[in-house]
Amino acid sequence: MADYSVPELQEDIKTPALAVGTMEHLKPYPAIEKHMVPLGFPDKRVDNWQQKGIEKLGDMLKKYRSLQVYLDICVKCGACADKCHYYLGTKDANNMPVQRAELMRSVYRRYFTPAGKLFPGVVRAADFDEETLNKWITYYHQCSQCRRCSVFCPYGIDTAEITMAAREIMDAIGVGHKYSTEIICKVHDVGNNLGIPKPALKGTLEFLEGDILETTGHEVRLPLDEEGAEVLLVAPSADFFSEPHIQSLMGYAKVFHQAGIRYTISSIGAEAANFGMFIGSFAQKQKIAKRIADQARELKVKRIVVGECGHAWRVAYSFWNTLNGPFDFLDPRYPVPQHVCEFTYDLLKRGALTLDKEANDQYVVTMHDSCNVARASRMGDQPGGQFEIPRALIRAACHHYVEMDPDTTHEKTFCCGGGGGVLTDELMDLRVAGALPRVTALKQVMKKDKVNFMALICAICKAQFTKILPLYHIPMETVGGVHQLVSNAIQLGAKKGIV
Amino acid sequence: MLTVLAYLVVGIFLIGFAHRIWLYASCPAPLKIPTTPAPVTTTGVVWRLFTEVAFFNSLFKGDKWAWAGSYAFHGALVLVLIRHLRYFVDPLPEFFAHVQIAGIVAGLVMVGGLGLLLLRRLIIDRVRYISSPADYLWLLLLLGIGGSGLLMQFCVRPDIVHIKAGMMEMWHSTEASLPTMMAGDFIFLAHLIMVAALIVLFPFSKLMHLGGIFFSPTRNQVDNPREKRHVNPWASN
Repeated sequence: MADYSVPELQEDIKTPALAVGTMEHLKPYPAIEKHMVPLGFPDKRVDNWQQKGIEKLGDMLKKYRSLQVYLDICVKCGACADKCHYYLGTKDANNMPVQRAELMRSVYRRYFTPAGKLFPGVVRAADFDEETLNKWITYYHQCSQCRRCSVFCPYGIDTAEITMAAREIMDAIGVGHKYSTEIICKVHDVGNNLGIPKPALKGTLEFLEGDILETTGHEVRLPLDEEGAEVLLVAPSADFFSEPHIQSLMGYAKVFHQAGIRYTISSIGAEAANFGMFIGSFAQKQKIAKRIADQARELKVKRIVVGECGHAWRVAYSFWNTLNGPFDFLDPRYPVPQHVCEFTYDLLKRGALTLDKEANDQYVVTMHDSCNVARASRMGDQPGGQFEIPRALIRAACHHYVEMDPDTTHEKTFCCGGGGGVLTDELMDLRVAGALPRVTALKQVMKKDKVNFMALICAICKAQFTKILPLYHIPMETVGGVHQLVSNAIQLGAKKGIV
Repeated sequence: MLTVLAYLVVGIFLIGFAHRIWLYASCPAPLKIPTTPAPVTTTGVVWRLFTEVAFFNSLFKGDKWAWAGSYAFHGALVLVLIRHLRYFVDPLPEFFAHVQIAGIVAGLVMVGGLGLLLLRRLIIDRVRYISSPADYLWLLLLLGIGGSGLLMQFCVRPDIVHIKAGMMEMWHSTEASLPTMMAGDFIFLAHLIMVAALIVLFPFSKLMHLGGIFFSPTRNQVDNPREKRHVNPWASN
């Protein structure tokens, strides 16, 4: 682990002086035939890739208003330039959101605007050539689609939309990313991103039931494929196998148990994640999400609850209804889908749960808002519920809670550095550098308020931080789920059923 | 000559601008992507867009100097344009007598704001890096327009009576003419040519942010995907 270059931590988040090409060496592993063909992409880079790429861009300009408008109207004011965690961590000019988008905008100008056709030098237009494609491969895989730039842009230009489009264009010419395509193939083949087969999943769930029985004395169930349950629980598959994710899974199970609500996990739909979003493909997003809708029908559930996963919650909350709706076969009294935090908070308000804050007295807790939850979704019926509801749960589950620097939370939160399809080993240098702003803010409250637990609700954030924090000399146990705190605090048997 | 040019300039602008807007409006938005927290009602979205356009909210959050420069420029430009109506309206309503001074002060503020934006572009390493020749040319063109206007206001007066007559007549008479007697008249010609260039190039440039902002899905969508099904017209099911 000493191989990675770890940026030096400062007292505060500082905008670095710009440098050129500090990250140009870092490329993702190319996708291989085995993972490209099943997704309908060419097996290798097509011969006439320049022409095909430009055609694909033209096609997407007619399908995505965001792309057409955002390629047109940027005035290059630079307000976004110092807002990206990857720029702050790597200093690389191409990691400024505006410059990242320019990599596509310069191609757009060259082939689709009079100014770029007539005066390419004046407006900085670029041919879609080997050099440009190289930059695309590099820098469109150094964006985590976190949308922090879109908060500060006077026109709301969302670099995530551009990154997604770039990846879709690259896939169309046979230049994919191994990490995302391999995982999408797994979800189609097995049902989840980790490729966990049903017997292994069943074994894990039974093991966890035993574990909870041993530690609490209560028969808390983690049922699999049970038809007729009230709720289908869709968690990120990391919740079944990784630490600290698994602690939150046990938390959900205890909440269901305590509320007396029958639920089930589906072996085919045991995965909330949807990497279709990372590669920008509407068709893949739709196909991956359809498993869940189909399983909800097949298992005859009345509600769908989504576990602690950031981008999955964005897809579920913002896209499911468009992709596979309407969900009129579910109970109309509940939102479709419901976030597990909304679900637990609702039960808490109705008095179905008793939480003992003392159980978390060893912790001083802070909250890291995950980007897709913060800037691309909502919980509850008020704007900002995605911030208030998880915090309400944390406050109900522990005595000591503090906030980090307000410029790094809520809609201004910093990405963990591993989102958007970059949570892969070959991009570790990027991930380490990208975590810098968040780690800086965390260190501040660790020093000032003795914070020793950062609660969050995203499987990618959890995986990223447990790997990255130790490099910054912060114990990996510092990071955990909101439902991990709930799991510690919940009093089983103290009250049963909804009052 | 003047008449033909006037109609050509205005025609290119109107058709070009309308075409761009039609392009934005007719292009589908396949998914709900508002940057949240976002309004959950249409009224809320109208308010969000209003605050963006009237106060440059997001930019204020993002970059105070850019906000100061651009707000000074855009706000002053509005006042300057209102004041300029006096050259196209006859007889002049009394209202214009009252905005005259505000319009003149605004001219100074406008050029100041542009100067600040230009300085930012030159001084801040990030902004300098992202700037293309076109980005500087736009600022220089606007500074040229503002500067020549101020020059005529404070230093070298043109034959304004003749100019106004020409401006009024050019829309319906090919006899319309512009003065070329004094130094100020030539400054006016330069002023007019620069304005015409700006108007013609407008629809083909980043100046389309004027119309484009209203079509930005992260700003103009209601955050209600669970409550109301958003349909993607090109989805396969």
